[in-house]
Formats: sequence, C-alpha cells, structure tokens
Amino acid sequence: MSTHTEITHSHDGEAGVAHGSAIYVKTLLALLFLTGITIGASYIDLGSGNVVVALIIATIKASLVVLFFMHLRWDKPVYGIVAMAGFLFLGIFLMFDLMDQETRNYYLPQNLHRTEVPLTPGTAPAAMTEILPDTSATGAAAAPAPAAGEKAPEGDKK
Amino acid sequence: MSTTSVDLPSHGGHGDGHGAHGLDNPHHQHHFTTMEQQFDTAKLGMWLFLATEILLFGGLFVGFGLMQQRYPREFVEAHTHLVRWQGSLNTIILLISSFTMVMGVQAAKTNKQARSALYLVLTILCACAFLVVKYFEYAHKFEEGWLPGKFYHATGDSIPGSHGYATFFAFYFMMTGLHGIHILAGIGLLSWILMRTRKGEFSHTYYTPVDLVGLYWHIVDLIWIYLFPLYYLIQ
Repeated sequence: MSTHTEITHSHDGEAGVAHGSAIYVKTLLALLFLTGITIGASYIDLGSGNVVVALIIATIKASLVVLFFMHLRWDKPVYGIVAMAGFLFLGIFLMFDLMDQETRNYYLPQNLHRTEVPLTPGTAPAAMTEILPDTSATGAAAAPAPAAGEKAPEGDKK
Repeated sequence: MSTTSVDLPSHGGHGDGHGAHGLDNPHHQHHFTTMEQQFDTAKLGMWLFLATEILLFGGLFVGFGLMQQRYPREFVEAHTHLVRWQGSLNTIILLISSFTMVMGVQAAKTNKQARSALYLVLTILCACAFLVVKYFEYAHKFEEGWLPGKFYHATGDSIPGSHGYATFFAFYFMMTGLHGIHILAGIGLLSWILMRTRKGEFSHTYYTPVDLVGLYWHIVDLIWIYLFPLYYLIQ
C-alpha cells in the first residue's frame, strides 16, 4: 500500500505523465546527442585516449539509460544496489585479470634472469617473440642490464 | 487468509485505491501479502537477472580487452573491416526502441493500453530493423571470409598468418551474436506482452510483465551502448 502507491502517485500519477514523457524525450535526445559526439570524437586521433573517451561517453549514456529509462532514479535503492553489485563484481574480475596480465611476464622461466621485463606488459607472451619481430626487438633493447643478479625480478616486485 | 489479511499491513495510508492493490486483484498470488510486495519481488528478481547479464557480457568484454592487448595491430586492422555507419544506424535504432519501450511502460502504468500496444509494436519494429542491418553486416563478413577461428579465410592481411584476425572475429561474432540472440528473445517477449496488452490484461494496478520486459529491453540497449564504440569506432 505504501511505497507502490507512492511511486504510482508521485512519479507515475497524473502529474507524472506529462513530466515522465518529457523527461523520456529529453533522455532520448541526450542519448542521440552523445552518440553523435562519440562518433565525431572517433575521427580525432587521440592515440590510446580514443578508447578512454569512447568508454567515458558510453558510461554516461549507460547511466542515462539506467537512471531514467530503467527508473533507478526514482525506484527503491535496493534495485540500484543489485545493479551496482553486478558492476562491482565485474570490476573485481577485471582487476584480477589485469594483475595477471601486467605481471605474468615476470615469472616466465626465460625472463627470471633478466633485471628488466623484456616485453611491455600486455603484449605477446615471451613464447611469441619469434613470431612478432618488433616485440623481440624491444626485448633485446631492454635486456642488457645484467647487474642486479638473479633475484632482481622478485626484488622489483617487493 | 481471507479478507481480514488485507488489513494486516495497514501503513496508515489513505484509504482510496486500497482495494485495487489488495487481495481482490485477480493477478494477486496468494503467497504475497500485498500486490506491492508481489511487484517488488518480481522486480528484484529481474534486477538480479540483469546483474548476471552484466557479468555474462562483462566477461566477454574483459576477454576482448586482453586479446586486444595481445594482438594490437591485428585488432586495429580488423576494426576497419566493420562498417561504421551500420553500427551507428543500429545504435540510433536501439536508442529509439528503448524510448518507445519506456513510453509503452508508461502508457501501461497509466491505463492507456491502446497507446501502450502501439509503442510495443514500434519497439518490435525497431528490433526487427536492427536485425535487418545486422543481417547485411554479417552477410558482408561471410562473403569476405572474416569469420571466427578456423573459419577465417580472408586474404590481404598485413600480418599474414597471425591468429589475431581470427581472434578478433571470434569475439566480434560471439559478442554481437549473443547480443543478437538477446534481441531475438526480446522480440519474443515483446510480442507476448503485446498479445496480453491486446487482451486487456494490464492496468495501472497490474503491469509487472510490461515493466520487467522493459527493464530487459533497456539492458540489451545498454550492452549495445558499450559494444558500439568498442567495435565500430576504433581505428
């Protein structure tokens, strides 16, 4: 009786109809506008910044959809908490994945005797160096620094 | 558990419309105390499902990101095979369909069932238009041999023999295909809701299925909002 009727009356009631439709139109226009911006921004070469810009705009668009089209702005907080839990666990997943990605080259057997990581993190693993010539070139450039001894990679980590 | 239980959860609210939300509603299932509780339960379940959808697609996004780091040049080259205007058109179509969906839910809530049915039809048409664009997109990829995994047989790559291209198209077909299956499921759900609306089953006291299908449709739109820039707009 209490909240549902409140929702129905305050947000979706007679006053809410005009208000609601107007806000949905505005949300749609904002979404289309942001789509135009993101298409336009993709023509500007920002290097790796392009992906960042695209993801920021996509997140703004997603927030508009979730807040207005999916009513989270007016709904009970529990639905928002559930939705955020989804993103939270996705973030945890992504975090552990990146930790692996950024550090796995340290612990490959052929890399343990070098003081610097021969590959930039996230490129091909060391086994791929024969196939990808430019990464092996960077590996050769980064390799000569054999002063610190065998325990250096682990020492770097700690 | 008869009429007396109606008055048990008395929140001291106003009396008007009490019966509309009470046990006399034909859609009220007996294991729920009030219609409000029934609605909230269904909606919470839907949101839990949507959270799993975020995780389902999220896993694919993470995998795509990792492979993009492993094959950066191949991925950038493969991105250029995707047609930008097709992706943009589909984005606009889906955004409009999300709008017609929310208008349909709004109409169902406010007892305008004929208008709700009209908006649902528009949403279904948008979904079909999306799939038509997708068909032309896929057909082009099939023609050129830009296919996932071992089916990849395109020629003219700048790094011949690299697995990066096939990996890219494996993710491309997996993610857009899974999204397309969600669109198909959405068309089915929307048609089901449309039929029930036509039969006059919904009103401002009971519109739970319309609301929940609307939420599902918006999450499909939301996933595309991320798919579009990551696939079509990277050069």
